[in-house]
Amino acid sequence: MDAIPYEHGLILAAVLFVCGLLGVLTRRNIVFVLMSLEIMLNACGLAFVVASARWQHAEGQIMYLMILTLAAAEVAVGLGLIIQMYRRFHTVDISVLNEMKG
Amino acid sequence: MTLLFYSAGAIALIATLSVIISTNVVHALVYLIISLLSVAVIFFALGAPFAAMLEAIVYAGAIMVLFLFVMMMLNLGQATEDEERAWMRPSLWIGPGVLSGILLLQFVSTMLTHDVTLAPVEVSVRDISLLLFGPWLLAVELASMLLLAGLIAAYHLAKK
Repeated sequence: MDAIPYEHGLILAAVLFVCGLLGVLTRRNIVFVLMSLEIMLNACGLAFVVASARWQHAEGQIMYLMILTLAAAEVAVGLGLIIQMYRRFHTVDISVLNEMKG
Repeated sequence: MTLLFYSAGAIALIATLSVIISTNVVHALVYLIISLLSVAVIFFALGAPFAAMLEAIVYAGAIMVLFLFVMMMLNLGQATEDEERAWMRPSLWIGPGVLSGILLLQFVSTMLTHDVTLAPVEVSVRDISLLLFGPWLLAVELASMLLLAGLIAAYHLAKK
């Protein structure tokens, strides 16, 4: 089997993470912000799996499972918040959320 | 396996870039599903078939379907898409782009100092399960508590 340089896997994870970060920083639609967070979490999982393959150890994949669980819980809560926000403000623009009033 | 890794990596990269520059939410979601599926292919090429299957089932399946359901409930129309297009000014992308570029350069320059190649050895489901239900049992219990908390919070937040 051919060998893949493991830095390439980590660099791919870093590039995906930076794409997600760019999305979080630039988008104003909260749905895109949540999707970019998913991209970042997925890139972290990729880095863990690459490390697991590098040291030939299963524990990186266990960390990946934990990240998967975290992402599922985060998406459920985040989408609940988006639904509630859309009900109150009838928009998905995050700049309407700049006032802290109950 | 090397070809599989690089081609899936290129697809993941293109699909992720399409997500962050897309103006239509549903198109972005479909691109995100493509990106997640190609990351699953990368996992397979790295000798992690269990993680690949979980990525396809849980991420690309369950989480993205949840997103699609919420998009259908919100029913964002053409107005939101026009608004998105108006927000896509190039001047908004300069600052975050420069910062992200610097971060990426730092990542890459740190990673290029080593030189070890991967010889993908498949980690079987058995190895993962033995670790998961042995030394990591407490983490599994905590993850189940986290999911329960997420379930209750989502139910409470999305209630009318």
